[in-house]
Amino acid sequence: MITSLAFYLFASILVLSALMVITARNPVHSVLFLILGFFNAAGLFVLLGAEFIAMILVIVYVGAVAVLFLFVVMMLDISFSDLRKGAMQYVPMGLVIGAVLLLEFFTLFGAWQFAPEAMGQVSAPIAADSELTNTEALGQLVYTKYFLPFQLAGLILLVAMIGAIVLTHRQRSGVYKQRVAEQFARKREDAMEVRKVSSGSGA
Amino acid sequence: MEDMWNTYIWPTLIILGQIGLMIGVVMIAVAYLTYFERKVLGAMQRRQGPMTVGPFGLLQPIADGIKLFSKETIIPSQANAPVFILAPMMLFMLALLAWAVIPVDAQMVIANINVGILFLFAVSSMGVYGVLMAGWASNSRYAFLGGLRSASQMVSYEVSMGLVIVCVLLCVGSLNLTDIVVTPRPVWVQIMLLPMLVVFLVSILAETNRAPFDLPEGESELSGGFMVEYSAMTFALFFLGEYANMILMSAMCTVLFLGGWLPPFGIEVLAFVPGFIWFALKTAGVLFFFLWTRATFPRYRYDQLMRLGWKVFLPLTLLWVFVVSGMLIAFDALPQ
Amino acid sequence: MASTEFLSEYLPILIFLIIASGLSVAMIAASFLAGKQNPDKEKLAAYECGFDAFDDARNKFDVRFYLVAILFIIFDLEIAFLFPWAISLGSIGMFGFWSMAFFLGILTIGFIYEWKKGALEWE
Repeated sequence: MITSLAFYLFASILVLSALMVITARNPVHSVLFLILGFFNAAGLFVLLGAEFIAMILVIVYVGAVAVLFLFVVMMLDISFSDLRKGAMQYVPMGLVIGAVLLLEFFTLFGAWQFAPEAMGQVSAPIAADSELTNTEALGQLVYTKYFLPFQLAGLILLVAMIGAIVLTHRQRSGVYKQRVAEQFARKREDAMEVRKVSSGSGA
Repeated sequence: MEDMWNTYIWPTLIILGQIGLMIGVVMIAVAYLTYFERKVLGAMQRRQGPMTVGPFGLLQPIADGIKLFSKETIIPSQANAPVFILAPMMLFMLALLAWAVIPVDAQMVIANINVGILFLFAVSSMGVYGVLMAGWASNSRYAFLGGLRSASQMVSYEVSMGLVIVCVLLCVGSLNLTDIVVTPRPVWVQIMLLPMLVVFLVSILAETNRAPFDLPEGESELSGGFMVEYSAMTFALFFLGEYANMILMSAMCTVLFLGGWLPPFGIEVLAFVPGFIWFALKTAGVLFFFLWTRATFPRYRYDQLMRLGWKVFLPLTLLWVFVVSGMLIAFDALPQ
Repeated sequence: MASTEFLSEYLPILIFLIIASGLSVAMIAASFLAGKQNPDKEKLAAYECGFDAFDDARNKFDVRFYLVAILFIIFDLEIAFLFPWAISLGSIGMFGFWSMAFFLGILTIGFIYEWKKGALEWE
C-alpha cells in the first residue's frame, strides 16, 4: 500500500515538474523544476529496487549536470524575450522528433505484446534472486563482461574533455600567474647581492 | 484494527521518534558548536569568549537564536522572492536529511540502506544549489560573486572527495556505512589510508566553505558573499545549515577513517563506554580541527585554492586509488 | 516492485525529508510572523556599500567557471564508474583491475592534455 502510494506521489510530482520545466517563464525556474523532476525519478528508481542507479542519478545529474545548466541560464546574459521570439520556427522539427520518439515507445511496448516469449531472450547474467546488492552485481559485469562498451565510455569522456577545452579555453595575455616551480627554484644569488658599502659613499 | 496498529502505526511512530531525536540532537549540537567555536577561538587568542549570558556564557547560543528569530525578514525588492526563500531552506533541509543514514552506534541508524555512502555523497553534492540559488536570487553583486566562487570551489573539491571515498571503499568492499565501520582493517592498510585522511580533511574544509577556504563569504572582499542580503530566520537557516554540514562532514570522516562508534585503537577495555559516546567524541575531535585551522591559517587566494584542488589533490588521489588497489591485490587483502 | 524489506529502509528517508522541509518552512514562517515587519525602499535595496545599484547584478562572467563545471561532470562520471569497481574488485580479479587501469589511463591522457593546455590555470 505504502509503495503504491509512494509511486503515485513520485510519478505525479515528476509529471507535474516536467510540465513546469517547459511552461515556466523564467529559465532558472525551469532548471529548478528539472532538478525536482530528477529527484522524483530517483525515487521511482528506488521503488524499482535500483538503488545504485537512483543515487548515481542524483550524484551525476542533480549534482553535476544540472549545476552546469544552472550556471548557463543563471549567469549567461541572454534576453529571454528574444529567445522566445524565434522559438515558434522550431515547432515542426520538435513535433517530428516527438513523433519519432512516441513511435519508438509504441514499437517497444508492442513488441512485448506480440511476443511474450521475448522476455526469455533478455540476457540476465546475474540471476534475479541472487543475494548480491545491485552495486556488486553491476561491478561484476561492467568491467569484465562488458569490457568494450566500458572502454568506449572512457573514450567518449576523453572526447568530451578535449572538446570542452578546445571550445572554451582562451589563452589570455597580460595577467600574472603564480608559478610555484619558479618560486621554489629561485635562489638567493638570483634575487639579491651583498655589497660592502664604505661609509661616506653611496651604494 | 489490531493488525493495522501493529503493522503501520507503531513502526511509523518509532521512526518519527527516531527522526525527532536525531533532529533534536543535531540542532542542539549545532547551537553548542557555535558556542564551542567562540570559546576555542577565544582561548587561542587569549580571550575568554562569551561569558555574559548564563554561567560561562552557556546560554549564549539560545539568546542568539531568539534574537535572529525576532528580527525582520528582508527580501530585497530586486530579488527573486521564491528562489530567495527556497535557497536557505534547501541548504538546511539537506544538512538535516543526510543524518538519516549516519550510524551513530551499532544498530543505531535511522535508515540502514545498502548505498549509504552514495547517499551521503549525493546529499553533499547538492549543497551547491543552496549557495548558487542564494547568489543568483539576491541580485546583488557581492552575493552573485560569492555564489559563483562557492559553486566552483565546492565542485572542485568534490572530485577529490569522491576519489578518497573510493580508496576507503576498496579496503571495505561495501557501500553500507555500518559495514564500512565494522570491517576490520589491518594496520598497514590504515597507514596507507593516512594521506587520504589528510586530503579528506582539507577537502571537507573547502566543501563547507570554512577558513582557510572561506572565500565565498570572505568578509574583507565580498562582505559576506552569498549571504549578504539575508536576515533574520533566512540567515539563521543558512547558518544552521552550514554548521550542521560541518558536523555532518566530521561524522562522515569518523565513519570512513576513525572507526565510527568503535573504541579507539580497538582497545577492549574501553568498550564499556557506549558506542555513541565514542562517536560523539571522535566527531568533536574532527570539529576541533575545523576550529583550530580557522584560528591558525590566513585565507587562501582563489587561484591557489583551485590549483590545490585540481593540480595537487586530483592527481594525488587518482594515483592513490591505484596504489591502494594494487597493494590490496598484491597482498591478497581484498575483501571478498 | 522490489521487496518490501528493502524498501522499508528507504521509508524513514522519505519521512525525514517531509519533516525536515516542514520544519524549515515552519521556522521561516514563524519568524516572519513573530518579527516586526517594517520594510522601506532603502532597506530593500541591494547591498552596494551605500551606492545605488547601477544595473542588474547578473552579468556575464568568465568562461572558466563553465569549464570547471564541465570538467567536474566528466570526473564525477569517472567516480561513478569507480564505485561498483571498488566494491567488487575482490571477485573480478586482475582482469577487472587492468580494465579499470586502461579506462583511467585514457582519462589521464585527457587530464594531462588539459594541464598542458593551461585549462587549470587561474590567476
